[in-house]
Parts: sequence; C-alpha cells; structure tokens
Amino acid sequence: MFRQRAQVLCLFVTYERYLDMFLEVTLDLLTGFGKTLEIFALTLLGALPLGLIIAFGSMSKFAPLKWLVKTFVWIIRGTPLMLQLIVIFYGPGLVAAWAQDMPNPNGLVQWLASWEVFERMTAVLISFIINYACYFSEIYRGGIESISKGQYEACQVLGMTKAQTFFKVILMQVIKHIIPPMSNEIITLVKDTSLARIIAVYEIIWSAQAFIKSDGLIWPLFYTGAFYLIFNGLLTVLFGKIEKKLDYYHN
Amino acid sequence: MAILEVRDLHKSFGSNNVLKGINFDLEEGKVLSIIGSSGSGKTTLLRCITSLETAEKGKITVNGNVVFDSENIHKLTKEEIRKNRLSVGLVFQSFNLFPQYSVIENVTLAVKLQAKNRPDYKKNKKQILDEIDKNAMEILAKVGLAEKRDSYPCQLSGGQQQRVSIARALAMKPDILFFDEPTSALDPELTGEILKVIKGLAADDMTLVIVTHEMAFARDVSDHIIFMDDGVICEEGTPEQVIVNPTQERTKAFLSRFQQ
Repeated sequence: MFRQRAQVLCLFVTYERYLDMFLEVTLDLLTGFGKTLEIFALTLLGALPLGLIIAFGSMSKFAPLKWLVKTFVWIIRGTPLMLQLIVIFYGPGLVAAWAQDMPNPNGLVQWLASWEVFERMTAVLISFIINYACYFSEIYRGGIESISKGQYEACQVLGMTKAQTFFKVILMQVIKHIIPPMSNEIITLVKDTSLARIIAVYEIIWSAQAFIKSDGLIWPLFYTGAFYLIFNGLLTVLFGKIEKKLDYYHN
Repeated sequence: MAILEVRDLHKSFGSNNVLKGINFDLEEGKVLSIIGSSGSGKTTLLRCITSLETAEKGKITVNGNVVFDSENIHKLTKEEIRKNRLSVGLVFQSFNLFPQYSVIENVTLAVKLQAKNRPDYKKNKKQILDEIDKNAMEILAKVGLAEKRDSYPCQLSGGQQQRVSIARALAMKPDILFFDEPTSALDPELTGEILKVIKGLAADDMTLVIVTHEMAFARDVSDHIIFMDDGVICEEGTPEQVIVNPTQERTKAFLSRFQQ
C-alpha cells in the first residue's frame, strides 16, 4: 500500500514537472510569437501603402518610370525573400568594408565606406516591406485595371476630380476585387515571418529552437505550428467577414 | 442664340479619320437626333463635345463658353475642362452606374462633391445636403424610381438602371443632355420606358442631343435630325425632311435597312 502511494505521488510529480515545462515553453513561445506579430504588423503597415505607390509607378504613362518599377518588381518577386533578407543585412557592411579598402577614395567611395550595418529587426522590416509591397502592387494593379473605363468616364462627365474619382468611386470597387488575393498574401506573410530566424531575430521559430540546444527538446518546434494555425484561423474568419460585408453589391 | 455651336470639327484615331469637319448649331430647348450607321462618327462626335475625347481641329461652344478651340487649346487648363464638362450631361449606352452606391447615392454623389466648392458650404452644410437629397428625390420621381431610392444597381433591371443614370445626369443640371445610344444595351421590351422618360424631358423643353438607332422614336421626338455618314454630315433637317423624304442616296440606303 505504501508502495502504491509512492507510485501515485511519483506520477503526480512527473505530471507536475511536465505541466511546468509546458507552461514554460508556452510562455517562451508566446514571447517569440510577439516578435512574429510585430514583424507581421509593421510589414503590413509599410507594405500596404508602399504597394499602392509601386502600383501607380508600374501603371505610369511615363515609360522610363514604368519600366524601372517593373524591373524592380521583377527582381524582388523573382528572388527568394530569404536571399533579400541576407543581402539587406550583410550587404551594407560588405560594401563599407570594400570601400574602406579602396586606395584613393573619392566622395562616393567615402560615403559608401560610412555605411553601417542595419539592426537585425530593421533589416527584417526593410526587406519584408519591400518584398510584400511588390506583391501587393501587382494585386492592386490587377484590381485597378479590372475597373471598366466607363466608371472613369462617368466620373469625368460628372465633373469629378481625379482624386474624387479614385477615392469616392474606384477605390471601394478595387478593395472588393482584391480582398481574396490579398487575404492569401497576408496569410503567407504570417508564415514568412519565420524567415527572420535566418538573421537571428528572436521570433517564434528561433525561440522554439532554443529548447533543442538548452534542454534537447524538439516538440516545442512542432508546437509553434499551433500558434500559426490559430492566428491564421482568426485572419481567415476576419477576411470572410469583410468579404461578406462587401457582398451587398455586384459589379 | 444657339446653345451649342460646333465648327469644323476634326478627329482621327491614328490614320482613321473619324470626324472630317462637322458643323452644326442647336437652339436652346430643341431636340437633336444624330443617326447613321456604326462607325459613321456619331459617338465620337458626342465624346468630343463632352470632352471625353479631344478633337484635333475645330471649335465647340456650349452656352457661350468655348469648350474646345484648336486655335487656343493650350489656354484651357484641366480644371477649366472639368468645369466646362459641368455644362453638359452624358447618358452612356452601358449606364456606368457606381455599383457600390445606392440609387440615391448615385444621383447625389457628384452634386454633393460639387457643393463642397460653395463658399457657404461649411456654414449651411446640412441644409445644402438636404436640399440636394430633396432635389434628387424629385428627379427620381420624374423618372419613376422614387421607391427604388435605397436599392443598388445590381438589384435593378437594365431599363431601371438606365433611368437612374438619366437621373444622375439631370441632377447636375446640365445645359444640354447628351444620350449615346441609350437603349442599345437593353432588351427590346425595356426600351419603351427609356424613350418615355426622354420624351418627358423633351416636353419640359430640355435641350437634348440623342444618338440613336430608334428611327420611329427619332422622328417623333426630334426637332432636327442629322444623318452622319463616314465622318461628315450627309443630310440634315426636320424629321420630315430627313426620315420621311430623304434626298441623299446614302440616307435612303441607310433608312431602307430599317424598314425591312
């Protein structure tokens, strides 16, 4: 009987130890996920408006600007975000080191030599915002070009200015059009934040990997999936609601 | 005095000369119909007068204001062109209503934006907006759609949508209202309601210019008819002269296709 009791106690202690560990891992992952959400939110904040500007650039009637922007979008969409992250993070330092070694520095070289390495988080935000702005710009462009010429002409004949035409008539129709591809891209962004790990930003994947080194635990890495899933679930519900809200009319 | 004067108007798209010197006047309160086969330049003429296209040569005067003058083209700023457009209204073949706005919002949107330029707008905002809504409801009643004020374009039939677009153009109080084949996108059984609305406007002494393929309607409603062919005015006169007793061979050939 005594022995049985000891066994139960033992089980309880083990159980308690697992619970403690689970809570500890959860708390650590939550901290990492906070960083994930920060990358996510700041990228959206920068890329949504920047994408619109790039979209206008790629639709410009001024051919050199149009082709410059199109080439830029091609490069950004044609190379991996991970590579862009590495270039932004390591590039400035390499350029500065090369410039400092030049024998006869002119003004430009001196300026290049003064380049400093970005903070890790800054490098992440620069590369993420540029990358996602390029993807968004193509979605915006598709949305804007899907609006019939007649809508613009109706506005023109009614004496509306270009700004009134865009903000009062075109934009709402564009938003309705781009919600489905946009939600796709935004959900991808949630998962792409894990790339920040490559330059040692303490997001959720990094914080889970820390347990491999410290405690030899692999399951926290698997556990991160739940965080992504729940957050993307919430986003899916949100976008569904917005789509439903805009469903009161058809083009 | 003529409310609309068009002088020696030329327009081409690339090497395709669409308008080859158009001249005509229109008196206030009169109804002009422009007929002719597809590609004869009717729609381009309308688009040039409403500044949707810029002509190459010629002069257009609406109610004493020079809307276009090839001799003086650089003197017109974009802002002036925009203001000039306010004196003309255009009803499109394909309606071009704003799908995200209700019927009443479609009719009042541009008028309300326009009202923001009034010096007393801030002081009397509510009163001005109420006035615009009231005026819009009167116009909607005139086109028989008062009870549809809160519907959306996608909930309306083609004929109803076209009547909303007529109401939208009327709300801007244009000097001249232009119609670009207003019934061509409609099922035959729906054209009657549009023609009835246009007849009502003609009876109210609005100045109307109608591009149409409805010969019987053009004969009934018009004071003056222009038959266009290959970028020029081939024949013009009263409906009696042009539709009943045409003198030009091309007019006769065109009309005979409608009588079959």
